[in-house]
Amino acid sequence: MKLVIAIIKPFKLDEVREALTEIGVAGMTVTEVKGFGRQKGQTEIYRGAEYSTNMVPKIKIEVVCDSGIASRVVEAVQAAANTGAIGDGKIFVLDVGQAVRIRTGETDLTAL
Amino acid sequence: MMGDIMKNRLKLIAGAGLGLFAALPAWAQDAAAAAPVATVDKGDTAWMMTSTVLVLMMILPGLALFYGGLVRTKNMLSVMTQIGAVAALAMLIWVMYGYSVAFGPDVTNATLSNFVSGFGKAFLAGVTPASQAATFTAGVEIPEYVFISFQMTFAAITVALVLGSVVERIKFSAVMVFAAVWLTITYLPIAHMVWAASGYFFKAGALDFAGGTVVHINAGVSALVLAILLGKRVGFPAERMAPHSLTLTMVGTGLLWVGWFGFNAGSALEANGSAALAMINTFVATASAGLFWMLAEKLSGHKGSALGFCSGIIAGLVAVTPAAGNSGPFGAIVLGAVASIICFFAVTVIKPKLGYDDSLDAFGIHGVGGIIGAIGTAVVYAPSLGGPGAADYDMGAKLLVQFEAVGVTILWAAVGTAIAFFVAKALTGGRVTKEVELEGLDLGEHGERAYNY
Repeated sequence: MKLVIAIIKPFKLDEVREALTEIGVAGMTVTEVKGFGRQKGQTEIYRGAEYSTNMVPKIKIEVVCDSGIASRVVEAVQAAANTGAIGDGKIFVLDVGQAVRIRTGETDLTAL
Repeated sequence: MMGDIMKNRLKLIAGAGLGLFAALPAWAQDAAAAAPVATVDKGDTAWMMTSTVLVLMMILPGLALFYGGLVRTKNMLSVMTQIGAVAALAMLIWVMYGYSVAFGPDVTNATLSNFVSGFGKAFLAGVTPASQAATFTAGVEIPEYVFISFQMTFAAITVALVLGSVVERIKFSAVMVFAAVWLTITYLPIAHMVWAASGYFFKAGALDFAGGTVVHINAGVSALVLAILLGKRVGFPAERMAPHSLTLTMVGTGLLWVGWFGFNAGSALEANGSAALAMINTFVATASAGLFWMLAEKLSGHKGSALGFCSGIIAGLVAVTPAAGNSGPFGAIVLGAVASIICFFAVTVIKPKLGYDDSLDAFGIHGVGGIIGAIGTAVVYAPSLGGPGAADYDMGAKLLVQFEAVGVTILWAAVGTAIAFFVAKALTGGRVTKEVELEGLDLGEHGERAYNY
């Protein structure tokens, strides 16, 4: 099993979810996050007081899948979340040691 | 003779009160000529009752939301609570002795009567449902309880406005002590000087239709002095202190604007043409100021902002307050635009250079806008500029009176604020501890959080 973590632009979430559903991904976890990379933050001004925010809002998606389709998951996310501009995000793939469905106690692939 | 002062606020006559005419020479002649039988009009009374609660709405929730939205999440409740609590305190002080000291019977010492009234109406002694207060029309009066209530809301909002410069760090107990002392030694004398028939500036013919001097210059200058004495917030100006909800600030701005019709048009004391003039000016000066602030932002190379719009709205309302019934609509539009642009530079350029922490720009908007409004009123009052002044209106002489009123108010407010601050500091310590300031005053001072998601 693999854990695919994708940091994407918030407005790309729906497209990414649809793309993953199409290739059979049955679930995901989504978190609103902030961070920085190559994309510069914005400058906010309130009555002349300037604050530059270097943390940019992003969406983090976590998907656990069979190792066999991990590459297709990565491709689907990469295609759906791409705008061609700086700040499109990153994808990380990690090995997963164990999975358990809390309701039934099923483990690993049957738990996904 | 009456032309100059008839737009001023108060000629108070208690009850049928003909005996008091002796104390009001200008009116005594008028009364002798017209021999009016004072009547109370139900329309005027209904309008003044409505105006009074409109001003209350400016405080809660208007100002509370406007100021509250501008602070950080952790201090939201403390700001709203301080505003509500000082307003409530002002109401009680007002009926105990405030009304009497500002608008009560004259003291016998002629010099002193320029600055305060006596305690003859302390605890509203002698006031009954049948008591009446004069308006600007001979023979037309309103119930004195309505006049007392209307003026009460002005005292309440003025002290609440001051707090804008010291939020996020002042102790609740310090706020309450400061408010009690400040109302007594600053607000009451200035209200008397400008609006009471025996007041120094009233007699001099100063123009202040609805409180540009008494409310806004007074509150703004006091706010500046208080902010300097109390010191900056921890981390100011390096740390991010962005408004936590400009949505609520915009809501508060709307409530303030609507309530301001009670403040300005209500200051005519009657439901008549003067109130109508104040009403239209409160629309158009404000509209002009809101747009001109955004224009100033754009011309300074920034984006026109929601906070800029709200700030302009308030600057326009402040500036048109003394001019509301003392200007034509187009004079008011120009006044709103000028005040907005100058306030914009005061808060975005001058304040950062001077480095003081007037946290919500109570001075930059109410103080500066109030001064522009008070001086500008002498200009837009001119009949040649569409104002309601008489044909022989002497702008130069009136400007001198306005400058004098502004100068005395600034000095009086600064000294009164300093005294009130040191009393409050001696009794309460003044500031919260650094730990409370960092954690937020909501938890540290009130044991609550504004938002529990």
